[in-house]
Amino acid sequence: MTLMIGIPREIAPGEKRVATVPEVVEKLIKLGFKVAVESGAGDAANFGDDTYRAAGAEIIDGAAKLWAASDIVFKVCVPTSAEVDLMREGGTLIGFIWPAQNPELMQQLAAKKATVLAIDSLPRQLSRAQKMDALTSQAGVAGYRAVIEAANAFGRFFNGQITAAGKVPPAKVFIAGAGVAGLAAIGTAAGLGAIVRANDTRAEVADQVKSLGGEFVKVEYEEEGGGGGGYAKVMSEGFQQAQREMYAKQAKEVDIIITTALIPGKPAPKLITAEMVKSMKPGSVIVDMAAERGGNCELTEPGQAVVKHGVTIVGYTDLNSRLAKQSSTLYGTNLFRLCEELCKTKDGIINVNMDDDAIRGLTVIKEGNISWPPPAPKLSAAPAKPAAAKPVAAPAKGHGKGGAPASGTKTAIIFGVAAAMFWFIGASAPAAFLGHFTVFVLACFVGYMVVWNVTPALHTPLMSVTNAISSIIAIGALVQIAPPLMGGGGPRPDDWIRWLAVAGIALTAVNMFGGFAVTQRMLAMFRK
Amino acid sequence: MSESLATVSYIGATILFILSLGGLSNPESSRRGNLYGMIGMTIAVLATIFGPRVTMAGIPWIIGAMAVGGTVGIYAARKVQMTQMPELVALMHSLVGLAACLVGFANYIDPLAAAHLNSAEKAIHEMEIYIGILIGAITFSGSIIAFGKLSGKIGGKPLLLPARHWMNLMGLLIIIYCGWQFLHSASVSAGMVPLIVMTVIALLFGIHMVMAIGGADMPVVVSMLNSYSGWAAAATGFMLSNDLLIVTGALVGSSGAILSYIMCRAMNRNFISVIAGGFGTGGGTPAAASGDAQPVGEAVPVNAVETAELLREARNVIIVPGYGMAVAQAQHTVYEITKLLREKGINVRFGIHPVAGRMPGHMNVLLAEAKVPYDIVFEMDELNEDFPNTDVAMVIGANDIVNPAAQDDPNSPIAGMPVLEVWKAKTSIVMKRSMASGYAGVDNPLFYKENNRMLFGDAKKMLDEVLTALKT
Repeated sequence: MTLMIGIPREIAPGEKRVATVPEVVEKLIKLGFKVAVESGAGDAANFGDDTYRAAGAEIIDGAAKLWAASDIVFKVCVPTSAEVDLMREGGTLIGFIWPAQNPELMQQLAAKKATVLAIDSLPRQLSRAQKMDALTSQAGVAGYRAVIEAANAFGRFFNGQITAAGKVPPAKVFIAGAGVAGLAAIGTAAGLGAIVRANDTRAEVADQVKSLGGEFVKVEYEEEGGGGGGYAKVMSEGFQQAQREMYAKQAKEVDIIITTALIPGKPAPKLITAEMVKSMKPGSVIVDMAAERGGNCELTEPGQAVVKHGVTIVGYTDLNSRLAKQSSTLYGTNLFRLCEELCKTKDGIINVNMDDDAIRGLTVIKEGNISWPPPAPKLSAAPAKPAAAKPVAAPAKGHGKGGAPASGTKTAIIFGVAAAMFWFIGASAPAAFLGHFTVFVLACFVGYMVVWNVTPALHTPLMSVTNAISSIIAIGALVQIAPPLMGGGGPRPDDWIRWLAVAGIALTAVNMFGGFAVTQRMLAMFRK
Repeated sequence: MSESLATVSYIGATILFILSLGGLSNPESSRRGNLYGMIGMTIAVLATIFGPRVTMAGIPWIIGAMAVGGTVGIYAARKVQMTQMPELVALMHSLVGLAACLVGFANYIDPLAAAHLNSAEKAIHEMEIYIGILIGAITFSGSIIAFGKLSGKIGGKPLLLPARHWMNLMGLLIIIYCGWQFLHSASVSAGMVPLIVMTVIALLFGIHMVMAIGGADMPVVVSMLNSYSGWAAAATGFMLSNDLLIVTGALVGSSGAILSYIMCRAMNRNFISVIAGGFGTGGGTPAAASGDAQPVGEAVPVNAVETAELLREARNVIIVPGYGMAVAQAQHTVYEITKLLREKGINVRFGIHPVAGRMPGHMNVLLAEAKVPYDIVFEMDELNEDFPNTDVAMVIGANDIVNPAAQDDPNSPIAGMPVLEVWKAKTSIVMKRSMASGYAGVDNPLFYKENNRMLFGDAKKMLDEVLTALKT
């Protein structure tokens, strides 16, 4: 029996997203599920019923019928009490629930013997869970849209230009809070050509800010602001004082402020005071992404764009719906990844495995039993200290430059040993040998000098050419094959020597011809 | 031809050999370099044949031997596939080693060679014979084993006999003892016994030495044997009082030694420890030491279509080939993909680790065979800093050379080895047959990185699929 996934139309006012998109429907069907979509569910996000039908989904008219037909329901917004009433007894619901904020809803769902997976309760610190992290994907979209809203309300270019009509300075953008939304905003604003600054109480995000083309503005106060699990915590009074001073300074300098500061379970911190708004240049823009939770700016009116003291303050709470197609696609993919985890057998039946850390965290109600909040994941959430031993690899040096000069004692020892060896040879060897020895040592050095400069690409041809050249040993065999008679030394075993020499010549000839020929063949292949 | 004329010819040949090696330093002059080598060799051989030390009686023998050997050599050179290059080179090294042995023995039994020497000179001459045969024998047997390992006839795993260092030491002592016996032997036949005993031990030593070396260290071994074949030639030169042989042998010997050194440095390994034992065991840190530092996370597999998608949407791509590409013979498909992507305006480059493959420069030769232009093929040092600006880094059949543990994990057996930092690219794709570890036997945390994707399967087959997907 394969399960039916139902996608109702979102009924919250202003909500344009939909919980899955046609592209994802195909993948869900491949996992073995059946998919039903309420007629008109994707209209606001530009996904018509036909496109869902083409992807293999069934279209059902009316929410009541859809909820009744579905074993699993995908939602975006927190379901209303009316929606829960429609739900089938013992069904499964996946979507945003916010169990801490919605206790009555939780009770109502439990009464329905439902299994509920709250995508907002995902243990985000598990790297395995990241593919299902809808908070991140939605925050990224919102961060992008926040910059677009700012650009829309702002009266100038973002990028600096020098035109025939005069010079345009680049816009300065300040982003408060460098979480996912903040980072997306930094990247977007930098991409539009603005000068971007950002601040976060968590000092470790400085590198991420820089990597996206932003400049990290530090608060001149020592305190670590990581509150575990990658969220921020409430800071001390002294820190907040220093932070306010920094914000006041930035407010005077920049054209656009985008605030994203949120602390879990608390109202948004008031970072931008009315005073600061007044000090901003006329025509400036503030986009307050925390508007839904009270706003980071004192003058924010949630859901509205207002002009106060000549500054446009955008407090939209529906940034994701303003980019409904993109948000829906990402959200749908997150849910699909979750289904993959739930349905490892690919037969269209889900298995809510409570031994799996990620699934355990997500599951807030299991068959009518409230299982929220989850126990701390077995895996320690403490982020591993950044590797204490940073890369030790010394930068490799280019060829030919040689290594770092050896230490003095080492050099002295090498020279000492060499001197002793030379003395020994000089003292005991006959003059004839020394002539050859000189040649030998000098040739070693010539070889060293010549070969150091060979590019690594040619190492193989070099080896095969030196191999060919080493068949010079043939000369040793050649001179033995039939030397002129000089007499002395007793009888010469001619046959033995001749056969040894002939064998030697044949072997080296293989090498000589083969080596040069193969090198030639290889080198002919190297081309620009 | 007089003695002086022959000597002058030798000088000419020497200069040509030096120019030849120098010419190999960059692709533009390399073909001329090879030509110099050939001319030098021709001059040297002709000057010897027509010189005062060879009489007319020997000419037919020489022509016969040359014709046979030359035919075999050229046939082999024409037939060999580029992926089999390391085997061929190793086999050829063994021929030089064997020839050095034969020449040494022939010289020893030749009464003319030492006839006009006084006693001190004779002692030196015999020592030269002894050392020449010693090096020749080690080169011969070592190269044969290297050939076997490279061609897969012998398993790649290091063979570590118990007490192998003691065995080596024993062998060395016996060789020294035999040498002493040899120098003090009254007649040729009396000296023959220690000489043959030494040769046998040297052969065994060569076998044992290469058997103990793991597959990942093969580039070092091949270049080291190259160096030995040079030293064997130089020793023969001393024996025959022939400067041309000495110079050429020394050139080849030192060039091989430098290559070995470069390879060792690329792996951050000590030359001695490569020679002394298998990979990862030299420093007494078994690979299992990282047991508690198991990488966490899961590897994300992708299929060929998704890979094609990633490539199509990238602006900068770096391809990192390894031995797996050579095994699968995938270099031509790699180039087809490269060509297609470059036509779309995507900047595709190749990053070559110095020890990728089984011999120095192995990857370059394969890519050159597939007609990849050499100006988009870069060394590790040249493009390692570009990875952060790279959209897709595609690793084809390589493992240890892209292992971040070399930088992050001081306990890793490959700690400190310079590696290509593919994980810094926006996305890295690793093509592998399975999750198995590489030659070093080290698990690779790269596979579990968030921005890494695994494309499992035979490199050639998967790349063909990627190519098909790219074309549609």
